[in-house]
Amino acid sequence: MKKVYLDYVATTPVDPLAVKEMAPYFSDKFGNTMSLYSLGREAKKDLEESRKKIASLISADPEEIFFTSSATESNNTILKGIKGSHMVISSIEHACIMESALWLEKQGARVTRIPVDKFGLVNPLDIEKAITKDTALVSIIHGSNEVGTIQDIGEIGRICREKNVLFHTDASQTFGKIKIDVENIDLLSASSHKIYGPKGAGIIFKRKGVDLTPLIHGGGQEEGLRSSTVNVPSIVGFAKACQIAEERMEKDLEKISRLFKKLVQEVLKIDNVYLTGHPEKRLKNIASFYFSFIEGESLVLSLDLEGIAVSTGSACSSRSLEPSHVLIAMGLEHEQAHGSLRVSLGRNTTEGEIDYFVDKLKESVNKLRKISPLCIQKK
Amino acid sequence: MYSEKVIEHFQNPHNYGRIENPDGIGEVGNMKCGDIMKLYIKLKGDAIEDIKFETFGCAAAIATSSVVTDLAKGKSIEDALKINAKDVVDSLGGLPNIKVHCSLLAIDALSEAVYDYYKNTGKEISEDLKKKHESIKKRDDE
Repeated sequence: MKKVYLDYVATTPVDPLAVKEMAPYFSDKFGNTMSLYSLGREAKKDLEESRKKIASLISADPEEIFFTSSATESNNTILKGIKGSHMVISSIEHACIMESALWLEKQGARVTRIPVDKFGLVNPLDIEKAITKDTALVSIIHGSNEVGTIQDIGEIGRICREKNVLFHTDASQTFGKIKIDVENIDLLSASSHKIYGPKGAGIIFKRKGVDLTPLIHGGGQEEGLRSSTVNVPSIVGFAKACQIAEERMEKDLEKISRLFKKLVQEVLKIDNVYLTGHPEKRLKNIASFYFSFIEGESLVLSLDLEGIAVSTGSACSSRSLEPSHVLIAMGLEHEQAHGSLRVSLGRNTTEGEIDYFVDKLKESVNKLRKISPLCIQKK
Repeated sequence: MYSEKVIEHFQNPHNYGRIENPDGIGEVGNMKCGDIMKLYIKLKGDAIEDIKFETFGCAAAIATSSVVTDLAKGKSIEDALKINAKDVVDSLGGLPNIKVHCSLLAIDALSEAVYDYYKNTGKEISEDLKKKHESIKKRDDE
């Protein structure tokens, strides 16, 4: 059966060049970066080379890059490692921010959740209003992993600077895909496996002078911010992926934008389907829709039976049986969120894959609507 | 996470659609919980001659609807009302824990269809069925 992967927002395949770059670090170059002898020193040298390549992608100083195991770990470290009694986040953060915030509230901290408009956009003025003299951190996701809306982090960062509050952004979906200016950013999280690097590597960008308490204590790696033997193979692969992303960014963006346009045009030809997220301020690799009269998990499984991998924010697909908090925050009704479908494009996506997807989508939607008691359109 | 049997029923559901002039219709679920089932029955004497469903919901909801109609078809009303969650889950080769409630929903739809039939024909409704009807309505209205 034909296989079409359209869930690049969940994870990406590792670029073959990154795999090649990593290979020696599993065998000949297996040293521990903390060891004194040459095998260790060489590992340390390659680690620092990787740091440089990754820093270059966001024009940061390599000393401002700290390695973690994932963006989830980076986000946890930042939220829990900033000392302060009040924090401002958006209502559409990734689960690792939402859950960390809930945990902090249990520890006695206060968290303000800023609402979004129907396009998933945070109004920077709402953040300005939410900041009090106790506010230690503002954390706003850069590009939404569910609907693709991109927040104005330049403006939000400027407000935070003016108010003398630290600003963090979770850039898991934007890092390596669009240009990021860290001028007004104090802290940033990003991940390797979203940009054709291996799993098991993430970063914290931390501006010099920002004080962060570690989450993991031990041997003092990463300037004491993140103890644990450094995962050199994954980091080397991550660095290669960053280098490739930097070289290809424009070309990839152009191709993906073209495919996005075609995809959205074709999908919206189906009756009773709507695009979610901001019409312009958005990542072009994420197209999120909702379909009336059918449920998202059924749609995902039905497409899976045709070899297509996509995802949904439907309640039925979640462990908690709650619909996506992002779609609900954007004002969607439960029934609309139930019918959600997220399609995400990547570097390897082809026009033929989009055609195949659209064909199979039409079939699946028709079939499920035939079974549905809600469909008013059937005979 | 789903058994092959679930996927099979989901991919090719049995007895879906509507029955024109049914003897009873059972409708359960609500939008907030995300599953809505409509079950139609046609009787011949005391036996369920034909049964069809329409379901809005996840793969488990569609598969359980399909299996319940299979289990009930041809049975007497009395026997059909005895179908329980275990029968449905077993026929599907198991269901993930979080989806077991879907099997209950399909059974509820069947008992509601029978209730509807009794009500339409002025037949006597047992206390059990009345109680069940009230608890389903209460749950779905929430």
